[in-house]
Amino acid sequence: MLTYITRRILYSIPVLIVSTFLIFTFVSLAGNPTDNLRANPQFSVITYNNLQHKYHLDRAIPVRYWFWVKDAVEHKLGSSLVTSQPIWPDISRTMGHTAQVIIIAEILALILGVAVGIFSAIRQYSPFDYFFTSASFLGYAMPTFWLALLLQILFVDIYLKWHVRIFYTAGLNNPGQGTWSFDRLQHIGLPVITLTIISFALYSRYMRASMLDVINTDYVRTARAKGLPESKVVMRHVFRNALIPIVTIAALNFGGLLGGAIVTESVFSLDGMGYYFIQKLGQLDIYAVMAYLVVTSVIIIFFNLIADILYGYLDPRIRYE
Amino acid sequence: MSEPTVPVHPEKPSVEHLGDLVVPGMALGVDNTYEAGLELKARSQWSYARRRFLRHRLAMTGLVVLVLLFGAGIFANLVAPYSFEAIDLTNVLQGPTTVAHHFFGTDEIGRDFFSRVIFGIRTSMEVGVFVAFVSSIIGVIVGAVSGYYGGWIDNILMRITDLVLTLPALAILLTAAALLGQGSQWRVSVILALFFWTGLARIVRGVFLSLREKEYVEAAKAAGSGDIRIMFRHILPNTLGPIVVNGTLSVGAAIIVEAALSFLGFGIKPPTPSLGSLIASGQQFPQKWWITVFPGLTLLVIVIAINFVGDGLRDALDPQQRRVRA
Repeated sequence: MLTYITRRILYSIPVLIVSTFLIFTFVSLAGNPTDNLRANPQFSVITYNNLQHKYHLDRAIPVRYWFWVKDAVEHKLGSSLVTSQPIWPDISRTMGHTAQVIIIAEILALILGVAVGIFSAIRQYSPFDYFFTSASFLGYAMPTFWLALLLQILFVDIYLKWHVRIFYTAGLNNPGQGTWSFDRLQHIGLPVITLTIISFALYSRYMRASMLDVINTDYVRTARAKGLPESKVVMRHVFRNALIPIVTIAALNFGGLLGGAIVTESVFSLDGMGYYFIQKLGQLDIYAVMAYLVVTSVIIIFFNLIADILYGYLDPRIRYE
Repeated sequence: MSEPTVPVHPEKPSVEHLGDLVVPGMALGVDNTYEAGLELKARSQWSYARRRFLRHRLAMTGLVVLVLLFGAGIFANLVAPYSFEAIDLTNVLQGPTTVAHHFFGTDEIGRDFFSRVIFGIRTSMEVGVFVAFVSSIIGVIVGAVSGYYGGWIDNILMRITDLVLTLPALAILLTAAALLGQGSQWRVSVILALFFWTGLARIVRGVFLSLREKEYVEAAKAAGSGDIRIMFRHILPNTLGPIVVNGTLSVGAAIIVEAALSFLGFGIKPPTPSLGSLIASGQQFPQKWWITVFPGLTLLVIVIAINFVGDGLRDALDPQQRRVRA
């Protein structure tokens, strides 16, 4: 197991380097942060060239990548060229908020998805199964941003009609309220619900399929044949084995959740990473955008690693490949 | 005639005799070649697939809905009661009504929202089909080369595929669209296509890996066929099912992602109406529900219909499955 984990960790290092290099190359080729200065007639060519030189923009891409990595490590991702503010404080603050939303949504979606998946599978073709299978089909096709917007409109309407504040429809906190206050819960409620519904559709579908795969295996028939009560067959034999693919899918889904967070946070103006990214992208703040891309890639690669390790732990056959 | 056995020489060939007898790979014929007692006609794989698809109720429903919506998109000029950019400042933010054919109401400068949604369908459809087509071609080429040659080529191509899969897809697409897209429909489509090929590449590679060792490939080689001919003439037809299914489903996926990009303001820019940017315009008017609801509902229906058709095709084209679904 230890060699397996070590091998996986070592494998993700080149992935990390190559993917950050690709992102760097792509962003550098697509947008030069000094482009608008060149168009400015009050800016002399000499100053422009000096500036290019100062930021190593006149060097080859691999060299610039090296400077960028050095800067990112030594100065915590450096500062923005647009606002001259350091990037890391913004990223770490927004990352906390996004983590809060995503983790709550992920836990809710997993619990609900697994439970519904189990019941759909053991009562296959029952009204319960049909209802949730259709619901997950709907959730699977549902554009995240539209769902978020519908919820927002609904709760704006509820507030305007009956003056009841169930959830806030924008922002992160009222002044003077903390991270774990009821006020925060009212603010992140709708983003959490949006992301939960989207992930729930995925998990319940996979859990149902995975349960049905296992239910039809020989060892489950054996368990039944030797007289185990049905509840024990389901919980001990079917459920435990059916959970293996879900664990991997949940870890791999983190990339999707971060993408969903971009959209959801933008709709609800929630001060998270995704909202930060969209704002910086709108300002064409290249280095802030790059910082976001690199940080999210690291998170995704980390969760892929977790998925690999969990999979190896849960299913020993994988390890010896 | 309650006898369960089949008469050897019946007066008239009748299907009733055979009851529920189903012979794998064969089906009942209706002509007079019944010397053996069983008149059986071999059907081609495609005719089976077509039958299975036509009997797939959800898929057929999806197909009908899709034909209607895409038909409205293609003939948007004829279907839409107004132009998508005709401004009418006396009729601003009107709710849905049938009186002046403003079925979906009007927007903040009085443009007919029904017409805008229909032109939005056209944009979505063009993007979806283009992305599915181009990304399928890329995926097939990468997968075929990777699976057929194996070795270091395979290693490099598959590492690249893995890498694309670990990138934060939506964020990268947003960045690409913001820096390179310029709000143009074709640029955005190309950017999406460059990201959508990975799934298909893996599927095609898997089939190629297993088929390149087959005897018929060896026979083709012995007959002097070149690599290209073997790849595209002999092996590729076997992957047609997955390609069609994957292509169909990626039309829906591309439409959703394009809508998300446009919704966030980095995709297709006005004046071209896109369902995503139409939904985004609803964000400014939370009280005017129709601006958000109708384009979103259209988008949802399109994507669900595509998914139904895709699932139906998957069931129909799976050669393992001989059973005709009710």
